[in-house]
Amino acid sequence: MSTERERDDEYESGGGTFGDYGGQYVPEALMPALQELEDAYERYVLENEDGFMDEFRERMRDFGGRPTPLQRADRLSERYDREIYLKREDLLHGGAHKLNNALGQVLLAKYMGKERIIAETGAGQHGTATAMAAAHLDMPCEIYMGRTDVNRQRPNVYRMRMNGAEVNPVEAGSATLKEAINETMRDWATTVERTHYVIGSVVGPHPFPQMVRDFQAVIGEEIRDQIQAKAGRLPDSVVACAGGGSNTMGTFHAFVPDEGVDLYAVEAGGSSLEIDEEEGMAPNSATLSTGTDGVLHGAMTKLLQAGDGQIVESHSVSAGLDYAGVGPELSHLVDIGRVTPANVDDDDALNGFHRLSRLEGIIPALESSHALGYLEEEYETLGDLVVVNVSGRGDKDLETVLEETEKRDLEAAPEIEVFDG
Amino acid sequence: MSDTSTEYDSDIEAAIRANHPALITYITAGDPSLEDTEAYVEALDRGGSDLIELGLPFSEPIAEGQTIQAAINRALAAGTTPEGFFELVEDLEIEAPLLVMTYYNMILQYGGSEAPRASEEASGQRPRAKPDVRPFVERAAEAGLSGIIVPDLPAEEADPLRDACDDNGLDLIFIIAPTTEGERLDAIMSRVSGFAYVQARLGTTGARANVSGATHDSLARLSKYDVPKAVGFGVSEGDHAAEIIEAGADGVIVGSALIDIIASSDDPSDAVDALEAKAAELKRGARRGAETLTDDPEDTPEPEQP
Ligand SMILES: Cc1ncc(COP(=O)(O)O)c(C=O)c1O
Repeated sequence: MSTERERDDEYESGGGTFGDYGGQYVPEALMPALQELEDAYERYVLENEDGFMDEFRERMRDFGGRPTPLQRADRLSERYDREIYLKREDLLHGGAHKLNNALGQVLLAKYMGKERIIAETGAGQHGTATAMAAAHLDMPCEIYMGRTDVNRQRPNVYRMRMNGAEVNPVEAGSATLKEAINETMRDWATTVERTHYVIGSVVGPHPFPQMVRDFQAVIGEEIRDQIQAKAGRLPDSVVACAGGGSNTMGTFHAFVPDEGVDLYAVEAGGSSLEIDEEEGMAPNSATLSTGTDGVLHGAMTKLLQAGDGQIVESHSVSAGLDYAGVGPELSHLVDIGRVTPANVDDDDALNGFHRLSRLEGIIPALESSHALGYLEEEYETLGDLVVVNVSGRGDKDLETVLEETEKRDLEAAPEIEVFDG
Repeated sequence: MSDTSTEYDSDIEAAIRANHPALITYITAGDPSLEDTEAYVEALDRGGSDLIELGLPFSEPIAEGQTIQAAINRALAAGTTPEGFFELVEDLEIEAPLLVMTYYNMILQYGGSEAPRASEEASGQRPRAKPDVRPFVERAAEAGLSGIIVPDLPAEEADPLRDACDDNGLDLIFIIAPTTEGERLDAIMSRVSGFAYVQARLGTTGARANVSGATHDSLARLSKYDVPKAVGFGVSEGDHAAEIIEAGADGVIVGSALIDIIASSDDPSDAVDALEAKAAELKRGARRGAETLTDDPEDTPEPEQP
């Protein structure tokens, strides 16, 4: 994993900043815990003390199912008249890339002697992965999830409960990921001495953005080896969806030094890119494309905010992308032009969902469907050899997809009425 | 910072030392409206507050418990803005110095242009300036505030704000948590001005039924530093105030218990008298604690108000 590659990327200074972004903006009570975590991260993850990374890799293989395949998508390749490869993170245990990070952090918490795991979740994929990892490693676990997300991602709520986790619905605000993070931080500030907070993406205070990226970097490292074995060269472009950015950073990290590989971070364009300041909401989650610099959830990064500094509520048809912030490293990579931000609206994401299901027999997560929507729109600019990361599988989204498809006239959708009865 | 003299550069330190044991009260500006806040702050001042903290509401108050979180939501729903907040401060007629409590993003964004629309961004209009702490600090000083406290800004990240506060004669208050020890404690205490805000227990703000043992431990750890110490997070009654002062604090900080009064009043104006009475009860409690310290260790009867 990334410990084996060059770590002294010039943009990554000590102290957890990436250019202007990152840092540790948290209540004082949490500062010693961040220091403790930073020490543990350096010792166990970066230096493999006590064989931590060996154990992590072995568990990712035997429990998690790594490596995941890099599959040539025959019908997409035909449709777009170029080589399209899919990285199949949907085949990882739990059905999404989230397990890479969750298992890494729960194992680290165990090495640190913590007694209790808490986490927030949006789509429920991170909560599910954390609940699975906690059950696997025998740790008690509580998950905070916005009420809106509890309602739209029920299969994952059941899965968390099956694995023995407690799920605490959060009612505040628009009751999505942002509110779940606030509530988990409050729990952590109360119980910090014995509890580890497993943050679900490359967001939050240092060392989370860097550590989560390192646990996820296995995605890009596998793609690099696999594409060279299959196509004999590096891809022209790599496309991945971005919510908080863990899937994007995990997929891109190994390619950052390869200037010839274009990197596209696809966000949720929702229904519009405008911000409604009166209502305090953005009908999108396109932080990299439209956000401005500020501090949220422990880090300086790009945010969806009103002019006076209030954070606005984001929206996306896909719960996992529905977040007003994004990881600081990704913000920096966009600023320096290494990563191209892009966005796809709800309709095109739903079309992407249906198209992949019909053409390739893979039902993708609505999050990943944004990357597939982007492929459809922009394939001509992506070169001859393209990798798209399928970050997760879409079983959790079926109810939402049926409901949202019925409301719209989507060219790639099957006849929805036949599902009645 | 001063040692034995009674003249202080800091209004806040002077107010705490001169009125020892000090009562510090907090409410959220704009809950339920800025006009009501004006009357409430004046009531708290009459009731005996020696320093008043006014919250400038931020949409993601991660250090706050349910009571203050709800107050912030009411204030935001009422349309409270930073400029409205500063105008309120300018209108207040009170004796106690004022402190603004808000989250770092509110400070960074003040005076910035509005968020650019995607269409404007694409056409290169109205580029938003990089966030900067100075416009907020300058406006705060101009409005007559004496200090700033930022619950999501640890000392490590505070240099830009500290410099701006120094240049404008404002105190920057830091929170000392039950987890703050050793070198971090030294480093923070060397940067404190005004007073050290001692967090009584782990967790978020919110009224509690008793005083935490963590308070006593924290005050013992802090006794070697010659800076006023005030204890907050969970204080709700005169008896708590007495116990905290007895444990060696120079002041008590009360917020959620006051907001409970505001939230439970059917008519906003009903809360005015209750707030004044509550402040007076807390101040009496604090005095009782101080007298127990100076008099004999036996239980002393509640002293008459001067
Ligand atoms: C399948 C899937 N992909 C992507 C995301 C977006 O998160 P991130 O950008 O951190 O990978 C999520 C979040 O829940 C997800 O479940």
